[in-house]
Amino acid sequence: MKSAVIVFPGSNRERDVGTALSSVTGREPAYVWHAETALPDGTDLVVLPGGFSYGDYLRCGAIAARAPVMDAVRAHAARGGLVLGICNGFQIACEAGLLPGVLMRNVNRRFVCKRQHLKVGRTDTPFTSRYRAGQVIDVCIAHGEGNYVADAATMQRLQDKDLIAFRYCDADGEVSDAANPNGSINAIAGIYSEKLNVLGLMPHPENFVDALVGGTDGRGLFESLAKAA
Amino acid sequence: MKARVTVTLKSGVLDPQGKAIEGALASLGLEGFASVRQGKVFDIDLDINDQGTAEAALKAACEKLLANTVVENYRVELVG
Repeated sequence: MKSAVIVFPGSNRERDVGTALSSVTGREPAYVWHAETALPDGTDLVVLPGGFSYGDYLRCGAIAARAPVMDAVRAHAARGGLVLGICNGFQIACEAGLLPGVLMRNVNRRFVCKRQHLKVGRTDTPFTSRYRAGQVIDVCIAHGEGNYVADAATMQRLQDKDLIAFRYCDADGEVSDAANPNGSINAIAGIYSEKLNVLGLMPHPENFVDALVGGTDGRGLFESLAKAA
Repeated sequence: MKARVTVTLKSGVLDPQGKAIEGALASLGLEGFASVRQGKVFDIDLDINDQGTAEAALKAACEKLLANTVVENYRVELVG
């Protein structure tokens, strides 16, 4: 699988996701500076990594979403190419129109940085085929603006078309207000585009790909991608 | 020509920052503040002299960048 990690000024998780990709797929990704206007030939997967692109100026992800390289990323997605937006990358994907809705300030006004359980939605996608539907995974979250908001029509569409990829839950898989770290509507932690080729999620699967650092539940996502492309 | 663009959250969208400011006003002992919603103001100098062209350019700027119309409204004023 050929992957490209986009690097914006203020991105800071590009090496972590690069390490996850190379450890699972055996192939180092290309790191593509945001001012480029094209992706490397034959790119299967584009990753928008976590961080604080442009210092979260204006709105988180807003400036990065208008960077020169994003036209190429949009064209890649329109062709059915895979796009993974993690944390700030999810915010960028929403601002770029690759995914609907927007990530707002956490309801409790706090930056949350902790381990968090997620419930996996459908598994017939390029991102989740190595998980079981309904599986509870243990990953990490670290964000101040992860509160997913969309209008009622969009929420209805996400549900009807089964586009909610991951929901926040407790260790037993129970979805509740208590297990929702940021106030997201419907406990949404991640969503798919209609064609299931774009995934945006606030949690960091790339943190947990090696037992040495405390968990491996994020590995399934990268294994799924390796299988898909 | 100068313009002022004001971006505000749509009603019904939760504004945690506004809530924090409300709390701070109360803790200062200032009374009578029923609610606070925080927004943004952009003061812009335009190299455009025609009013219609200026309005169209500002509308495009708001729609494409200054506001996220999923959750925000915007208002454009030309200020001479």
